[in-house]
Amino acid sequence: MARITLEQIRHSYLSAPSGDADWALKQIDLEWADGGAYALLGPSGCGKTTLLNIISGLVRPSRGQVRFDGADVTGLDPVDRHVAQVFQFPVIYDTMTVHGNLAFPLRNRAMPPDAVDARVREVAGMLDLQDKLSRRASRLTADEKQKISLGRGLVRSDVNVIMFDEPLTVIDPHMKWVLRSKLKELHREFGVTMIYVTHDQTEALTFADTVVVMYDGAVVQVGTPVELFERPRHTFVGHFIGSPGMNVLPCTVDGAEAVFDGVPIPIAGDDDSDSDDAGSGPARAARVARPRLSPSGAGGTSGLELGVRPEFVCFSDDGFAVEVTKVDDVGRYRIVDIRRGSHLMKMVVGENDTIPSENPRIRFDPAHTRVYADGWLVAPREAER
Amino acid sequence: MSTRTVNHRAWWLVAPVVVLVAFNALIPMMTVVNYSFQETFGDNVFFFEGFKWYEQVLTSERFHASFVRQIIFTGVILAIEIPLGVAIALTMPRRGPWVSVCLVLMALPLLIPWNVVGAMWNIFALPEIGLLGRTVNAMGIAYNFTQDPASAWITTVVMDVWHWTSLVVLLAYAGLCSIPDAYYQAAKIDGASAWAVFRHIELPKMKRVLTIAILLRFMDSFMIYTEPFVLTGGGPGNTTTFLSIDLVKAALGQFDLGPAAAMSLVYFLIVLLVCYVFFTAVMRGEER
Repeated sequence: MARITLEQIRHSYLSAPSGDADWALKQIDLEWADGGAYALLGPSGCGKTTLLNIISGLVRPSRGQVRFDGADVTGLDPVDRHVAQVFQFPVIYDTMTVHGNLAFPLRNRAMPPDAVDARVREVAGMLDLQDKLSRRASRLTADEKQKISLGRGLVRSDVNVIMFDEPLTVIDPHMKWVLRSKLKELHREFGVTMIYVTHDQTEALTFADTVVVMYDGAVVQVGTPVELFERPRHTFVGHFIGSPGMNVLPCTVDGAEAVFDGVPIPIAGDDDSDSDDAGSGPARAARVARPRLSPSGAGGTSGLELGVRPEFVCFSDDGFAVEVTKVDDVGRYRIVDIRRGSHLMKMVVGENDTIPSENPRIRFDPAHTRVYADGWLVAPREAER
Repeated sequence: MSTRTVNHRAWWLVAPVVVLVAFNALIPMMTVVNYSFQETFGDNVFFFEGFKWYEQVLTSERFHASFVRQIIFTGVILAIEIPLGVAIALTMPRRGPWVSVCLVLMALPLLIPWNVVGAMWNIFALPEIGLLGRTVNAMGIAYNFTQDPASAWITTVVMDVWHWTSLVVLLAYAGLCSIPDAYYQAAKIDGASAWAVFRHIELPKMKRVLTIAILLRFMDSFMIYTEPFVLTGGGPGNTTTFLSIDLVKAALGQFDLGPAAAMSLVYFLIVLLVCYVFFTAVMRGEER
């Protein structure tokens, strides 16, 4: 068990990186608390797997240090870091039985056979594999194989962190849910740090206590699922988390109000008490790393933008006029496409709420309306912990 | 189930293939079967002889001797080429600019016609003028493949290893390249030794291609003709007379059509039997 610290990690797969685009990881400073359940969330190619491999030691970072409980392990091999990793596709030693697979890491560490057997049976019991121990591992189903991969990490009592690299990719949908619950259960039971890499927000938000969102080789936000939903630090997080994603509209700022398309939009701080200390000083705000993001994609459009989630848009007679273009009934609520001039927005309307047929007007919830500059949240100031 | 129409019209669709196979395999083979039961003294006059030639072949000292030579030769080259091929494949780079260089170098011997290989090694190994022959003799080792059976055997084996190890290398390399990186990464995390990686990851993943390599090398070496024919002509004496060479000597040299046909069929059945046994054994191992 260990606290894992990443200090100024930069990585490039090229031998002589020159431009910003050559860096797979631009600059990462992160601390993973001992015993946390983390999700590392981001689109394909954002550097999640690279970061994971740097923690496990499969990849040496070009710059920066990896520390386990303060001790520098940057130069150590995976085997000496005592980590476990479960890969996207199940890795099984075909020649061995399930028992042999689970025992493999212990035998490689020259543990006495009696102790190996006892430990393997214990772990097999936790993973519901006890009656399959003598089966050939290659004959099992994909989810059982993934359990074995996980089991090879769990058998080692000295393991510092278990990392999962999109482990449910090849698992049947109904088994995904079962396996995810099993992971949560094991996390509660063992308290071992778990880092779960995924590009699926549902997986990330249901598994993790803390979600680390990555985009284009940088960490854009670290927070609880609720924080990511209610207070996205970057428009990318707003787009990426939530379905449908956050509405992002061009705006200007006039005093305490934002102005969108000639309409003044009130912005209030959060009701939560923790937002009081938010942005309590320029020194604090300056500490937050603001990696530059490429102008392509969701984030990084220059200028000021207004962000409001579809959940916080409602019909209101004292709002501004819009036009309803489409209504999607998705069951418990409806997703309504609206437009004002050339600006397209989405809003979520409850089952029992009515959609006005004539002259619809809407308003944004001031407590959940944010202003972003160059993609980054500027108002109201976010709470930092 | 609804009504099911049964008719045999589909047979017409496979008829062209049946005809083709009949012409290029069945009919030629049946003529051999035909010869193997008959005796002729020329003028297209044949007498039925029953199993006489089969009995003669199976009890003949000469056939036994070439059969044993053949088994030893095939066993020796398999024992050398398979491990050597795997070893070379393991040392080849998996990515980078050297991959294509290695692949071309490996493919070169396979592109040379068989009789040219025989001729090359013949000249290369000649004790008076060949580079190899002169060098070995100059080192004080008596070496003359045209007169000394041991020299002839070693030369034949080395020539085959030089010619065909590449095939094993390429197949094994293809098997190695198909192993996802995650296996090596998992092995690193599990603390596996280099031997354990070979034993539990690389060897099992190469099993299928190695099965094919062994089968191909078995069949090819069991039927080897051209290279030893050009190199040694089956000599000195009969020491490198393998089954094919013996067969040709019988069929063409002595024009004993009947015994040669019987021998061909025995030979064919042996190859078929060994391949079948080997293949089923491997497949059964896979299902376990």
